[in-house]
Amino acid sequence: MAKIFIYPVNSLILADLVERFGHKPLAVMNQVREKVTNISLDSPPVNITPEDPKIGLRYAAVEVPAGVRGRMSLIGPLIEEAEAAIIVHEPPVDFGCVGCNRTNELMKYLVRSKDIPILELRYPEAEENAQEFVYKIAAFLEALSGEEEK
Amino acid sequence: MSEELETVKIALVSCGSEYSGVQPEFEAAAAEVNAKFVYPEIDVAGLDSIGKEFGLEVASGDLLLMMARAKAVVEGTTHVDGVFITTCFRCAEGAIVRNEVRRYIHKHSDIPVISYSFTERTTAGTLLTRLEALTTVARRRHLLAREVQTGLTAGIDSGSTTTKAVVMRDNEVIGSGWVPTTKVLESADEAYSLALEEAGVSRDEIQALGTTGYGRFLIGKHFNAQLIQEEITVNSKGAVYLADCQKGPATVIDIGGMDNKAISVDDGIPGMFTMGGICAGASGRFFEMISKRLGVDITELGSLAVKGMQENVTMNSYCIVFGIQSLVNSLAKGAVPEDVAAAACYSVVEQIFEQQLQEVDVKEPLILVGGSSLIEGVPKALGDLLKIDVLVPKSSHLIGAVGAALLASGYVEE
Repeated sequence: MAKIFIYPVNSLILADLVERFGHKPLAVMNQVREKVTNISLDSPPVNITPEDPKIGLRYAAVEVPAGVRGRMSLIGPLIEEAEAAIIVHEPPVDFGCVGCNRTNELMKYLVRSKDIPILELRYPEAEENAQEFVYKIAAFLEALSGEEEK
Repeated sequence: MSEELETVKIALVSCGSEYSGVQPEFEAAAAEVNAKFVYPEIDVAGLDSIGKEFGLEVASGDLLLMMARAKAVVEGTTHVDGVFITTCFRCAEGAIVRNEVRRYIHKHSDIPVISYSFTERTTAGTLLTRLEALTTVARRRHLLAREVQTGLTAGIDSGSTTTKAVVMRDNEVIGSGWVPTTKVLESADEAYSLALEEAGVSRDEIQALGTTGYGRFLIGKHFNAQLIQEEITVNSKGAVYLADCQKGPATVIDIGGMDNKAISVDDGIPGMFTMGGICAGASGRFFEMISKRLGVDITELGSLAVKGMQENVTMNSYCIVFGIQSLVNSLAKGAVPEDVAAAACYSVVEQIFEQQLQEVDVKEPLILVGGSSLIEGVPKALGDLLKIDVLVPKSSHLIGAVGAALLASGYVEE
């Protein structure tokens, strides 16, 4: 089992695919759940504490907008944990979206900076592309399992 | 008053303030003015096309969400009394959307809107005046529509640098007081006493009192004021009253001791406004420092400035710290005080242009108020920069006190 970083980082479809192949998806939902169920925090929409953008300084400098650093305080640790990654380009909003494209740019860059296997593919626009899309992801995940077995 | 208890519904149109650590501050500021944030409902499927529909195609999903929420507000899908548009400070994409969404709502509805760019340092205190103004416009349109002062009323404006007071009777200012703010209560007491003395009336005779400015809550409680109101709405009203422009559009620029405000006014009611955002920078206090450095009284700075040429002095910044540094360097290189004074006025005006007017559509007449408007070089520099005539009404420094006395007279009739 490998820890797979997914982009969009809140895509339920990607998380589900990763899980079906026996890997652990590194999705932002778990991070947010942990935050909002923490007794020291109010209920949503308070997703992070006022201190979190400071934690985000580890990934983005102080001149980067606070919203980017706040999001990176959730996503940055996932990237550090990642053993592999799947990046889907130009997905529609309902496939998954972090909301801030500056954060998206930064997280993709940080993932690519790591020495890990990465699958990058375009979001399918037609039925036949969708099959190929799932096939490529499946092949990538199976190959990771194969690597582990060796 | 029962109207004070009504909760005002404010649509929060943001790029994701809940990820910036500032949400508890937003909520605290809203609670302080008995307002509640709501998140206009939208159809997720519509997000894919909203950029094209809006004409502004951006990459960030949350900015598309802002456009969709603005549309929901304008179309009445979600009923709200006001809109608070906010995006991250330092984000260009956010700033573009923030401005265009603000313009869109303003153009298609008469719902009051404020916009703000937040950092993780944004506090409830910073937002309080803005949200207070927003809720006032939503709750008290009838009071703000007041055009004539009646009875015998007074207004006190407890500013960060100076405290002003006026006494008005039958639509005329009959007494005024203007003192530096040292201790808030004592300064207010002194200014009020001066105004009463000039008017020849006693405190017991005053039928209603209004307070505004930074110290409004403290002095309002102390003097048992009928009206305690932030300076955005009060100064808008005072400005159009003194400039005799109560009907139609106007732009009010208030250069205060601590911050600057630009307010777009329609029939005396503020629509869009901005006030000194991240840094108060150059304003009244900057002029005080310049006067001190030039060895002239602040009242002489203006006449000195109109004789000078700002182009002769290199100003690298309109920031109070770096600006002073530039001026000191210029003086050391032999610049004449007239040019330095002119450059100081220009730098303040430049800051207003860059930080406030970018978010407010300038509609004539442009009314300049606040203590700094008395410095002749300031209206001149502003007129030069914007290429329009700048109107400085009589008693422009008393604007807040006059506005408070005028609005307080609404309570005389009640």
